[in-house]
Amino acid sequence: MPVLTHLEAIRQGIWEEMERDPSVFLIGEDIGEYGGAFKVTQGMLDKFGADRVIDTPISESAIVGAAVGAALMGMRPVVEMQFMDFIACGFDQIVNMAAKIHYRWGPAVPIVIRGPSGAGVHGGPYHSQSNEMWFVHTPGLKVVVPATAYDAKGLIKTSIRDNNPVIFYEHKFLYRRIKDEVPADDYVVPIGKARIARQGADISVVTYGAMVWTALEAAEQLQKEGISLEVIDLRSLLPYDEETVLESVRKCNKVILLHEDTRIGGFAGELAAVIAEKAFEDLDGPIVRVTSPDTPVPFSPPLEEYFLPNAKKVAEAARRLAAY
Amino acid sequence: MPTNVIMPQMGESIAEGTVTKWLKKVGDRVERDEALLEISTDKVDAEIPSPSAGVLTKILVAENQTVAVNAIVAEIDGEGSGAAAGGPEPVRPQSAAPSVPPASAPPTLPISADSRAAIATPSPVPAPDGDTRPTSQPASQAPATPQASPAAQAGRELGAAGIGGNGHKVRSSPLVRRIAKENQVDLRSVTGTGLGGRISKKDILDYLAAGPAATQAAGEARPKPAVLPQPDTWQAPGPQQPAPAPVSPLTFSGATQAVPMTPMRKQIAEHMILSRRTSAHVTTVFEVEMTRVYQMRAQNAAEFERRNGQRLTFTSFFVRAAVEAIKQYPIFNASVDGDNVIYKRDVNIGIAVALETGLIVPVVKHADEKNFLGVARAVTDLAERARTKRLNFDEVQGGTFTITNPGVFGSLFGTPIINQPQVAILGVGVIEKRAVVRNDAIAIRPMAYLALSFDHRVIDGAMADQFLVKVKTVLENWSEAVL
Repeated sequence: MPVLTHLEAIRQGIWEEMERDPSVFLIGEDIGEYGGAFKVTQGMLDKFGADRVIDTPISESAIVGAAVGAALMGMRPVVEMQFMDFIACGFDQIVNMAAKIHYRWGPAVPIVIRGPSGAGVHGGPYHSQSNEMWFVHTPGLKVVVPATAYDAKGLIKTSIRDNNPVIFYEHKFLYRRIKDEVPADDYVVPIGKARIARQGADISVVTYGAMVWTALEAAEQLQKEGISLEVIDLRSLLPYDEETVLESVRKCNKVILLHEDTRIGGFAGELAAVIAEKAFEDLDGPIVRVTSPDTPVPFSPPLEEYFLPNAKKVAEAARRLAAY
Repeated sequence: MPTNVIMPQMGESIAEGTVTKWLKKVGDRVERDEALLEISTDKVDAEIPSPSAGVLTKILVAENQTVAVNAIVAEIDGEGSGAAAGGPEPVRPQSAAPSVPPASAPPTLPISADSRAAIATPSPVPAPDGDTRPTSQPASQAPATPQASPAAQAGRELGAAGIGGNGHKVRSSPLVRRIAKENQVDLRSVTGTGLGGRISKKDILDYLAAGPAATQAAGEARPKPAVLPQPDTWQAPGPQQPAPAPVSPLTFSGATQAVPMTPMRKQIAEHMILSRRTSAHVTTVFEVEMTRVYQMRAQNAAEFERRNGQRLTFTSFFVRAAVEAIKQYPIFNASVDGDNVIYKRDVNIGIAVALETGLIVPVVKHADEKNFLGVARAVTDLAERARTKRLNFDEVQGGTFTITNPGVFGSLFGTPIINQPQVAILGVGVIEKRAVVRNDAIAIRPMAYLALSFDHRVIDGAMADQFLVKVKTVLENWSEAVL
């Protein structure tokens, strides 16, 4: 089976959907001639033509608005945000139009808004954010955050086929660092189903995106110390797989909630509440969060390293929790 | 200076108590050691004596309210203010005792028999059956008192995170508490290896893996009130007029009415289920002729009553016979701990006593070292004090074998539930005259059925039957030497 990078897997998924369905088109900044800031759409202009790979002015509001209109007319636009940080400029079109149109007037809005997010590449405060929670808190949207190349391809295809607006987070740190086997043929990965990235017995680590790899690294380390981590890769946050999370908690009885996003209002808070509500009597220790602190992502590389969760921090939290 | 009356600690694991009845009103004069109120805890019910003489100035905890141990339940104003409030009153000799306890000192409970004797006020506890015949009639003759126990009385003994008697928190987790509850484990008996001695999942699973017997043994180390499901009092042979069971004056607001269990009721419920789950119950029944016992009792009853002021009960005969049988078959005085059978040197016989609201099992300690009269005295004393809520905490602990009497309402025999962690319980049916065959002729004899429930994990049927044969032999051939 071919081994693809995270980025190549996403490109392949979009490519296949473009081939499969003529209503799918791409729209965004520098995605045509330039092939996108990270080259996700490289080669698409040549293959599919300027009608289906549309370069736009720098106006996220206009891009998303155009996509929503096209979707209402039966198209399946795939919007690229050059960085997910810039999605804020299209916020109103997303949360007040895309998310609500179906509920207010009936028609489906099958758009995908995808783009690179996350820190770890010294991008500073405007090119490093994990802002998924803005949209997780917006009913009417779906929010997808893959960790592996396999899931990235399967989930981008599912997202494009989904009749709801999907915000698709691609972690830029994973783009070229993560490689795994990706089938060359058509397959999809369902939205809303978590993946057990590693089976374990002592502590569940529930996470998503790039932090899945951080958790796996910590698990490898702790294995030698006799602490067995189970790693749950949520794959999507809205909807998310509550059942798998609770099953894992009920099995391990201790849980670490890990994300790169900052602490207050992060997804860990929501998970902690659900675990406390539904699995309180299965807990053998406090629900522990490992997250970034509540500051913007620092530009300074040492500060960024201090800011981000890493395997060492996860392992330390796990050791404390194991001893609890 | 007012003296505080506090909720006493009735046993190390008890965290709270319920005021069941105030025996004095605000403004009443009380003597030191005079009964002031009645309380109910998870372990025992008791009368609380006044810690000092004076006037009851404040009642801080209403009846049926549950408060933590050491909470102040009332204030008593000393001699000076007492006079001001109640007018001049001669100071009684005993209240002038030099050693008035400091205000903060908890009253010693239960009060000793001697100090009780000094109490002028008769016990306000409804005496079920007249003080002269404390063991002869079912306690349920007493007027039924509806037990409006607040929900706050939730039993904290098992499974709860609990606050130990000494105020130490047992640190655990929701999961551990759930497992403890499901398995009836007292968390104080589990060793915690987590941070700060916290009991972790692993700790309790290891504890449970050690086997149910470990749970029993632990329970034994920190005994709970032994309670039994059977009515218990011994009755004289002859026609019996069973007292009606207490009927609570329930008022229905709908088709059903939820009434919270009393702490004792909850304890009984938990203990019964625990026992059913722990032991392999088997019951075997023998019929015993009581002619000899009947004669011995008739011969000695008057003398016994003259010397001890109490009636000689049949209970004492059964206790003595059981002790004789235990001496011969010590397995009946044992418990199970994992793969071990733990034999007990001391023979401590529990006697089930019915109360208005439940049952309690006071224990005749070292029954094997007492002669018959000693046993008889202990039996009558304990039975009476059980009914008047004056049992010492120690007196409901440490039983190694139990006797119960389902015959009180005329039952021929019952199949009693073993009082954990013991391995057997003897139930005595009604003693009545029956037509029996003697020398190929029909004769009239006082007869009783003895039902022995035993734990088949460690006792086989043949052994149980031999035990009952011994009990039967002792009873049917009662000798002066034994007496």
